[in-house]
Amino acid sequence: MAYPAAVKDAFQTELAGIRDKGLFKEERAIHSPQSAHISVEFPRGAELREVINLCANNYLGLSSHPDVVAAAHRALDERGYGMSSVRFICGTQDVHRILEDKLTEFLGTEDTILFASCLDANAGVFEAILGPDDVMISDRLVHASIVDGIRLCKAMHDTYKHCDMAHLEQKLQEHQDKRVRVVITDGVFSMDGDLAPMDQICRLAEQYDALVFLDDSHASGFIGKTGRGVHEHFGVMGRIDILTTTLGKALGGASGGCVSGRREIVELCRQRARPYLFSNAVPPPIAASTIKVLELLSASTERRDTLEANAIFWRQGLKEAGFVIREGDSPIVPVMLFNAKLAQDVARDLYYEGIYVVGFFFPVVPAGQARIRTQLSADHDIPMLARALESFRKVGAKHGILGLDKKGIIEKFGS
Amino acid sequence: MKDMILDYIRHEYLDEDEADDIDLNEHTPLISGGIVDSFSMVSLKRFLEKKFAISIPDAEASPEAFDTVTSIIALVTRHQAKKGA
Repeated sequence: MAYPAAVKDAFQTELAGIRDKGLFKEERAIHSPQSAHISVEFPRGAELREVINLCANNYLGLSSHPDVVAAAHRALDERGYGMSSVRFICGTQDVHRILEDKLTEFLGTEDTILFASCLDANAGVFEAILGPDDVMISDRLVHASIVDGIRLCKAMHDTYKHCDMAHLEQKLQEHQDKRVRVVITDGVFSMDGDLAPMDQICRLAEQYDALVFLDDSHASGFIGKTGRGVHEHFGVMGRIDILTTTLGKALGGASGGCVSGRREIVELCRQRARPYLFSNAVPPPIAASTIKVLELLSASTERRDTLEANAIFWRQGLKEAGFVIREGDSPIVPVMLFNAKLAQDVARDLYYEGIYVVGFFFPVVPAGQARIRTQLSADHDIPMLARALESFRKVGAKHGILGLDKKGIIEKFGS
Repeated sequence: MKDMILDYIRHEYLDEDEADDIDLNEHTPLISGGIVDSFSMVSLKRFLEKKFAISIPDAEASPEAFDTVTSIIALVTRHQAKKGA
């Protein structure tokens, strides 16, 4: 028996501790394809509920799009299911190369390398290109996968206050003695929905001779006039040295990610990035489907335009109803509740009103900043969102929070 | 030493709009209170090392040791004494 009782007890105590802190995550099973309207089983064994989905990263509604599904079927027939190899042995197919080229063109960069996920891309890229003489200067709210990538790298790291350009400039000045400086930011911050000021970041990076790293996972496909990302929105396409993004959100939503950017950086990843060298690439059906997604998005901006209109309608509706929301230009709209229990209670009540949302609280977001993160999709339509707003109004009234500002909510519920 | 460290924390970690809301003193929990995240703690460590001409091993730069200005002062004082000995 290689599982001693003492070890089992220790694990059980840890799990009990997670439960006691209210941090235990329970999954809800969806019994339908991913879309704006889904059938959910929660808790396990409960009757299925039909709900409006306001918490998916399915921004463009392509996760179950018939053309995308058909492309996967075709690739399954023509290229098979899996590769049973990493890329550099015998795991590279034509579809992988075509997808890398298409992503390069779409993102406006020099070259692209696929990873099994954007988490893998972020985990691998810094270690592949930086060493002890270099420094990574990151926004304090970057995604957890970037934090992991930074921790795996031997270069020095430093942070600047969220989107605070004066603080970033101070840090760039402090680190002028380093061989390479890299400014690291998300494009759209996933918990707040705000955009990094890429025009100012690029200007500072050029002034202080630094590279720019942008994780555009919550932007690729829909931010910017033609959906290329936050760099398009701020008019700095071609000035991003390292751009990572995911195929697991707007770009089809299955899985996979990439590093796109300067040719030499991409090549160093191909030679050295451990998650790339030691795991298989995305399987052929996903590669082929993502190629189809990029074709759809290059042919028309209709989906990102619908998404933009939905986000404007939703933000306006929540504000008019009397909720406190985080301002921003993205389809991520956080409804601020500040108190962790209130966020959980409101999310639960909304579920029973037919709205699927999730409450987030410390340590996922800063202490006293609990919220419900709502995310729009091009699959939503205005009548559906109007119905969802009605449910928000009903639940908000039940808890007596409509019309209260931050101070009022904290006075009533605590922070 | 206390005021110098508090000033640094205020400037390095608090946004202007937060500064009035947070009662920052030597007992305020920094890491467990969510003011300084463990990932950003590194600049505080470098500040202490430079300002007080000491070297804090990574193993000692724990979230517990950095959780209040009081515990930080204890850590710095210990290393200053070690250096002087």
